[in-house]
Amino acid sequence: MSTPMTPGITKGRLPAETLAENFDDLHAPFAPHEAAVAADRCYFCHDAPCVTACPTDIDIPLFIRQISTGTPEAAGKTIFDQNILGGMCARVCPTEDLCEQACVRELAEGKPVEIGRLQRHATDTLMARQSHPYERAPETGKKVAVVGAGPAGLACAHRLAMHGHDVTVYDAEAKAGGLNEFGIAAYKSTDDFAAREVDWLTGIGGITVKTGMRLGEQLALDDLVGNFSAVFLAVGLGGVNALRSAGEDKDGVRDAVDFIKELRQAGDLTALPVGRDVVVIGGGMTAVDAAVQSKLLGAQNVTIAYRRGRERMGASEYEQDLAASKGVRLMFNAQPVAIHGNGTVREIELEYTSDDGSSLKGTGETVRLAADQVFKAIGQTLTTDGGLDMDGGKIAVTGAGRTSRAGVWAGGDCANGGDDLTVTAVAEGRDAAMDIHAMLSV
Amino acid sequence: MADLTTDFLGIKSPNPFWLASAPPTDKEYNVRRAFEAGWGGVVWKTLGAEGPPVVNVNGPRYGAIYGADRRLLGLNNIELITDRPLETNLEEITRVKADYPDRAMIVSIMVPCEEQAWKDILPRVAATGADGIELNFGCPHGMSERGMGAAVGQVPEYIEMVTRWCKQYYDKPVIVKLTPNITDVRKPAAAAMRGGADAVSLINTINSITSVNLDTMSPEPSIDGKGSHGGYCGPAVKPIAMSMVSEIARNPETHGLPISGIGGITTWRDAAEFISLGCGNVQVCTAAMTYGFKIVQEMISGLSLWMDEKGYTSVEEVVGRAVPNVTDWQYLNLNYVAKAKISQDDCIKCGRCYAACEDTSHQAIAMSDDRTFRVVDEECVACNLCVDVCPVDGCITMEPMAPGEVDPRTGKVVEKEYANWTTHPNNPGAVAAE
Ligand SMILES: Cc1cc2nc3c(=O)[nH]c(=O)nc-3n(C[C@H](O)[C@H](O)[C@H](O)COP(=O)(O)OP(=O)(O)OC[C@H]3O[C@@H](n4cnc5c(N)ncnc54)[C@H](O)[C@@H]3O)c2cc1C
Ligand SMILES: Cc1cc2nc3c(=O)[nH]c(=O)nc-3n(C[C@H](O)[C@H](O)[C@H](O)COP(=O)(O)O)c2cc1C
Ligand code: SF4
Repeated sequence: MSTPMTPGITKGRLPAETLAENFDDLHAPFAPHEAAVAADRCYFCHDAPCVTACPTDIDIPLFIRQISTGTPEAAGKTIFDQNILGGMCARVCPTEDLCEQACVRELAEGKPVEIGRLQRHATDTLMARQSHPYERAPETGKKVAVVGAGPAGLACAHRLAMHGHDVTVYDAEAKAGGLNEFGIAAYKSTDDFAAREVDWLTGIGGITVKTGMRLGEQLALDDLVGNFSAVFLAVGLGGVNALRSAGEDKDGVRDAVDFIKELRQAGDLTALPVGRDVVVIGGGMTAVDAAVQSKLLGAQNVTIAYRRGRERMGASEYEQDLAASKGVRLMFNAQPVAIHGNGTVREIELEYTSDDGSSLKGTGETVRLAADQVFKAIGQTLTTDGGLDMDGGKIAVTGAGRTSRAGVWAGGDCANGGDDLTVTAVAEGRDAAMDIHAMLSV
Repeated sequence: MADLTTDFLGIKSPNPFWLASAPPTDKEYNVRRAFEAGWGGVVWKTLGAEGPPVVNVNGPRYGAIYGADRRLLGLNNIELITDRPLETNLEEITRVKADYPDRAMIVSIMVPCEEQAWKDILPRVAATGADGIELNFGCPHGMSERGMGAAVGQVPEYIEMVTRWCKQYYDKPVIVKLTPNITDVRKPAAAAMRGGADAVSLINTINSITSVNLDTMSPEPSIDGKGSHGGYCGPAVKPIAMSMVSEIARNPETHGLPISGIGGITTWRDAAEFISLGCGNVQVCTAAMTYGFKIVQEMISGLSLWMDEKGYTSVEEVVGRAVPNVTDWQYLNLNYVAKAKISQDDCIKCGRCYAACEDTSHQAIAMSDDRTFRVVDEECVACNLCVDVCPVDGCITMEPMAPGEVDPRTGKVVEKEYANWTTHPNNPGAVAAE
């Protein structure tokens, strides 16, 4: 049996019970009494700022009032009307930057209404009590292809199916869900929620999911355009940026997203290996998730090395605090220059940087950290563009996701505009569906 | 610390906080605990005539109305008078009074509307050494169906008659407890006065149904699928009680009649308000039933602190201070002009004032794209709704306009002189101003 101190990359650093505890819900669901108390705090604001702050415009005061009057199912419906992945969003949205940031009680007391957890209470209640709350409009006979079964693709498919269209969703992976299934931190989506949500969502009917179908390999955009009335591309950002530092090919150096994917699919976390001294390169949500989950798996020392200062970090203050509270060390103004080791990484060499706002410069001073595992989390890139106009490395879209090619829409992380968040992907998928529906209805 | 000693009808108590006749004063055990906690006096749970006691329902007897966070705002009950034998109660009263000579001990009584019944019970009550009696003419359920309680309290002639019997057969103070389930509370109060009552106490509970169970279609509290109207009390009834108290205090016929104020008193402030409206002391039930006897400590500390701040040295000095300021609508100064003002520093931008004013009032609040809310003086009629719905205390205030200023809503100069409806040109019955 290994321990957190065991050198190298090894499995079973922590006993199964500790792992189960570590990877349990980050925020436990509300008991009904807690929900009632939390809901009472909502002021039912006029033209509420929280609604404006939600990318999917959920009518938050209304759903909270529905909870407080004892109808959490009605509250769930209010949420799903705007955001069919309201269940996942309740778990993963950085509410501290979105709705809760805008809550007037945040301004008044520094303690917003706990919108995310109330949303989870409502959506969990409805999903537990009802098979699927929506009915389809009469079938239109129109066929639409959706490429990518992440939040953008699923939201688009659901909305189109609801309006009576016949939707085929293609995904390269063996499972639907996108990053909900493969990327989101395990303690945010417990109990196989991502897969359960896909089942529940497709329960509306009219949606056929075909997995193992990759655009560019098994599928070609021209064929899709020829065979379907419309195509929605929601392929996310599959590729990972290279580190461009010497030694990147050594054993023990890998992409953070791959590690997370493996973790999310692991049936038994005691069998999942992790290093003793883990260094994560990057400053976004992925870096934080890889670092925190390494720590929770039992790594002894975990460091996030970010090349700029704290204020530029992509991960929110809340995420940074979460990492710190789990014992992750945050190191700022340090960029990787070399990875040392004989075939296998032993140390990482970082150079201090200074950032004058316009450019980032190495100071020439370096520091070495012990590392038996290095995760790269320096951003993802689009791997499939389908031959469309691009903008800043993403598919260029105008309006509700219209690409440069007629009959082809795009949304979510692969399209330009909006933050790379689950909720933004849902909003873009939904809006593209409405635009496609309008086009198909003329 | 201000001296809270109160002399009500010659009955001394260390503070003006008495427990009203109700479950908190139902038996020796409770009353001893109440006195230990600091209550100035109690009105013992209402006694009935000799013989087999009444029986209560054996299911739930209370229903409730809640505010945010399940704060109890209103309570209703279908409980009757004491369901314990008369002799037991009398023995307990005697013992407790002997042990707590400095506290007020009042015995509440409800017996049938026959002279003999009162003649029988009064000497026995006198023998306990209690300081006085309170006639329960208020209980709205159960007892009234038997010709007692509110059934008497709703007929001024009966009140007068029974009060007279009591004054005839009992030589200590007689307090008449009034029911609010009438149209004009001044009538029963005047009747009690004519009968020789030393004081009135009010209000008893209000006829009410607090809720209906939508599964069983039974009113709550439900007894085997049926409910009955009960008596409503707690913070929700305070405004009704205070209005009734003030009517008696300012009515020339009853002005000066001592009043024991009851109805929704929960904090020292509530008590001070009742006292300012003419009450010589106050009685509390629901607040004690909600939070326990300890609340009296807050009432005592709060009232004395406030009296110290204001320079009042006795409760007596506060009694009735607000009565001269209670008037009829027609005498309100129509030349007084105010405008709402929103403190931008305190505003949390919830927009509730906007929704309230825009949808249901006078469209006098403007909202900007960055959620700044401002009062439009040209439209504001100073109705106060924005103040009432704002979640932040003191954020929106009513600012009076100074005489000589022009009210942007009417274009008229604010007059310095007082002028009311009786002389207003729009009043068809206006009299010429003096
Ligand atoms: C580690 C990590 C943690 C994150 N944590 C959060 C969080 O806590 N909160 C939050 O709001 N956001 C988080 N995000 C961001 C969020 O997951 C994404 O913004 C969101 O999933 C984007 O949705 P999407 O549908 O556009 O793409 P994806 O979820 O990436 O889905 C794209 C789908 O397309 C499929 N696909 C890709 N290429 C092809 C192809 N050529 N042919 C067919 N199918 C293809 C993929 O298999 C995938 O199923 C996180 C991201 C990462 C990487
Ligand atoms: C500001 C205000 C003015 C009212 N004016 C009238 C009125 O002119 N005529 C009337 O019959 N009721 C009037 N009411 C009483 C209401 O119609 C209603 O009976 C009362 O408010 C109780 O209902 P609620 O508390 O559930 O709102 C008024 C109520 C308010 C708050
Ligand atoms: S407190 Fe509740 S359980 Fe106890 S006697 Fe009263 S109703 Fe019954």
